[in-house]
Amino acid sequence: MADDQQVVEQPPAPRIIAPGYTFGTVTDQIATVVLTKKTPLFWMAGFGVGFSLLLLFLWSVVVLMAKGVGVWGIRTPVMWGFAITNFVWWIGIGHAGTLISAILLLLNQRWRNSINRFAEAMTLFAVACAGMFPLLHLGRPWLFYWLFPYPNTMNVQPNFRSPLVWDVFAVSTYATVSLLFWYVGLMPDLATLRDRTQSRLARVVYGIMAMGWRGSARHWSVYETATLLLAGLATPLVLSVHTVVSFDFTIAIVPGWHSTFFPPYFVAGAIYSGFAMVLALAIPLRKAYGLQGLITDRHLDNSAKVMLATGLIVAYAYIMETFTAWYSGNVYEQAAIWHRMTGPYSFSYWLLLTCNIAAPQALWFKRVRNNPALLFCFSLVVLVGMWLERYVIIVSSLAQDFLPSSWGLFRATRWDWATFVGTIGLFLFLFFVFIRLLPMISIFEVRTLLPQAKVGEEAQG
Amino acid sequence: MIKSLYGVMAEFDNPTALVNAARAAREKGYRKLDAYSPFPIEELTDVLDLHKNRLPLIVLAGGIAGGLTGYLMQYYISVWDFPINVGGRPLHSWPSYIVITFELTILLAAISAVMGLLALCGLPMLYHPAFNVPRFALASRNRFFLCIEARDPLFEARATSEFLQTLEPKEVSEIAP
Repeated sequence: MADDQQVVEQPPAPRIIAPGYTFGTVTDQIATVVLTKKTPLFWMAGFGVGFSLLLLFLWSVVVLMAKGVGVWGIRTPVMWGFAITNFVWWIGIGHAGTLISAILLLLNQRWRNSINRFAEAMTLFAVACAGMFPLLHLGRPWLFYWLFPYPNTMNVQPNFRSPLVWDVFAVSTYATVSLLFWYVGLMPDLATLRDRTQSRLARVVYGIMAMGWRGSARHWSVYETATLLLAGLATPLVLSVHTVVSFDFTIAIVPGWHSTFFPPYFVAGAIYSGFAMVLALAIPLRKAYGLQGLITDRHLDNSAKVMLATGLIVAYAYIMETFTAWYSGNVYEQAAIWHRMTGPYSFSYWLLLTCNIAAPQALWFKRVRNNPALLFCFSLVVLVGMWLERYVIIVSSLAQDFLPSSWGLFRATRWDWATFVGTIGLFLFLFFVFIRLLPMISIFEVRTLLPQAKVGEEAQG
Repeated sequence: MIKSLYGVMAEFDNPTALVNAARAAREKGYRKLDAYSPFPIEELTDVLDLHKNRLPLIVLAGGIAGGLTGYLMQYYISVWDFPINVGGRPLHSWPSYIVITFELTILLAAISAVMGLLALCGLPMLYHPAFNVPRFALASRNRFFLCIEARDPLFEARATSEFLQTLEPKEVSEIAP
């Protein structure tokens, strides 16, 4: 049995992490980022940008609350405008984190071990940013709990046949499960930080958060089961979340929205933009913290390949969207696509095709995938493209639907932009706080990638 | 004095030594064993015979409870508590209940997975005798520990320590409770 394994595993696959690491050095390198007293300049700069934009966000929220949603450019008939565009964009970005942590775990893709932690954090913070928009869009955000079914003196309940109520459940479940999964993954690493820190306060705080984790074999066996089960639960969940988001559109009869391929199209787009965000975060991070040995070129290469593959699915969806509109013989559907291509939002439409379909074709070339700086630029291009995609779907369909007499254009105001850019600040702020206080790479999972972690020859007596 | 020990612990510096030691202790007849390692070791689970746990059952129960809650809540609210007639469509329109039923299934299953994990591990437990071993802090870094607990019928402080010494550990220490 042991001999068979040896033979099968002999030709060593290209290493996931750089050679020369030991359990100790892996632990120290990742833990030091958190435990050091010296905060690097990169962190200060990133945090500074995030915090400034966060203040912009708070300012725009105050203005919004004081004056009402009219400060945004939403006017009849385009009542969704930036708010829902940003919501869909952010929640899509979150999907890559769950894909990496859950789906790649089930598929036994061990390279994920060094990028899953910060990708999951990215998911959480992206969902937090996403959640802001439907809440603020309510107009009276302090009454958000009316969305949930609860016994109340008004004797009113939500309508469960509305996709907007489905969204409330899908997104809140997604946020909760992502948080639980992330926390369970953190427990062993929190114990490592507890054992390594010199500061008493940190020991107490990490100790309480680690809940007394001590790496017992009994615990590990339950832990492994729990991780697998959570991954199994998160997998259908992540696919369902963007499906439900797409229901917000497809259940309506607005031309350009009412089609059955939206769910897979949205899920592919979500993973596409999510991997773009993973790359946009990983490339500067590994450079700034010297983590090239743990987040290697192979990770970037693999992520770029996932991006290319999902990008092609998205390209196919664009083609099908146009084809179905033409083939349906429905004048409204045809007009909706025609307006997109030639109407008032045609610039955004053609720009999104350039960003999402044309540009990423460069990823076919290994030379591009192996150049982190270029890859970083391409991931930003994709993020812009995916934002434009949601913008075009939402705004152009609502602006020009059935009756020309009820048409109207949407123009974003400065508060639209301030709120949007502000949530980027919220995201960066949360992310930089995270990399300063918690290990951004899963230490215990990286230990299992080391060749020393393999139990050798069994029979010794 | 002997009675007051929690157990005896041996320290190893690689996973293979730990697995071999655990196997040797099992063969010697010790049953109240625990091993501590900085990452999960599958072979250890085999050796200590820890494969079975009740977590899948707990999660299944949680999932079923969640699904039932989701569906029945929607049914009760839409049909009895607050019926809304939308174009004469049936009140009990089950296809539109599926999404929330699914979401609550996942939600309750995931919560019970985490609660079940904590319950089966007996966590949170901020104090544990193992933490009394000074070098035990390395169990979360790069050292591997095998502990034979005092509640094992074969346990006898001196003999067990001597047995552990034969397994070529880095160090053997007694654990105060």
